Amino acid sequence: MPAHGIPQLKRSFKIEARDFLRAGEVSLQVQRTLKNIGFDEELVRRVAICAYEAEMNVVLHGGNGVLTLTIHSGNIDLHVVDDGPGIENIELALKEGYSTATPEQREMGFGAGMGLPNIKKNADSLEVESGKGAGTHLKVMLKVTKNGGDMSV
Amino acid sequence: MKLADIKETLHAEVIVGHEDLDESVTAGTGSDLMSDILRGPTRGVLLLTGLNNIQVIRTAVISGVKAVVLVRGKTPSSEMINHANDHKLPLLSTPFTMYSSCGRLFSKGLRGVEQKVPR
Repeated sequence: MPAHGIPQLKRSFKIEARDFLRAGEVSLQVQRTLKNIGFDEELVRRVAICAYEAEMNVVLHGGNGVLTLTIHSGNIDLHVVDDGPGIENIELALKEGYSTATPEQREMGFGAGMGLPNIKKNADSLEVESGKGAGTHLKVMLKVTKNGGDMSV
Repeated sequence: MKLADIKETLHAEVIVGHEDLDESVTAGTGSDLMSDILRGPTRGVLLLTGLNNIQVIRTAVISGVKAVVLVRGKTPSSEMINHANDHKLPLLSTPFTMYSSCGRLFSKGLRGVEQKVPR
């Protein structure tokens, strides 16, 4: 919990499809922003992991996108919108191990079909709005709790 | 285990973090799959990997990994080195394979992250 209370904040970052050189930079900015505010380390880690998984999804599968970080009324929201091909079967995409990644994407260490399931695991709530040809809108929410909701075992 | 001991055990070259050799890691984890690393737990741990690209550095920083060892003597790109420097992430390279590296560290007392993955 930041020493001077939780500030209100809204910041948007552009994510470019297939920009593998910069993939992850947006999430590092999100991580830095939250760290500088003074949020609990474990909470920052959970938000950063959600942001990174979502950012990699846009880079790997989506179109150009925008990640918006909002801090308000005790929550941290990540909204990630892209204008890519969309997700045909959301239920399937939320299953561990289901992936449409190419061999090249897997060589980068991604595309194991763990992205959305891992966001679900780290976030307090995840909503996915998408459809074939309709782009994708992820709504990720994390509650600001005293110990950051430490989920480590 | 201190990074200095890890360096010695793995006959490793320190590429970034010469001034951090007194720092310690709590446990070790090894994977070439960044998706698995992001599943955690990772906070304060040593990551051994055979993947040699910029995403290794970003994944480590995002997930709270304390230091990274590249196995099989891999040489990181200058971009990876710059990135690791920027984020103060110690980066080492060992001539040993993944299996031997993990075995050497484990036998010296560096345990795994010991999380049972739910089925």
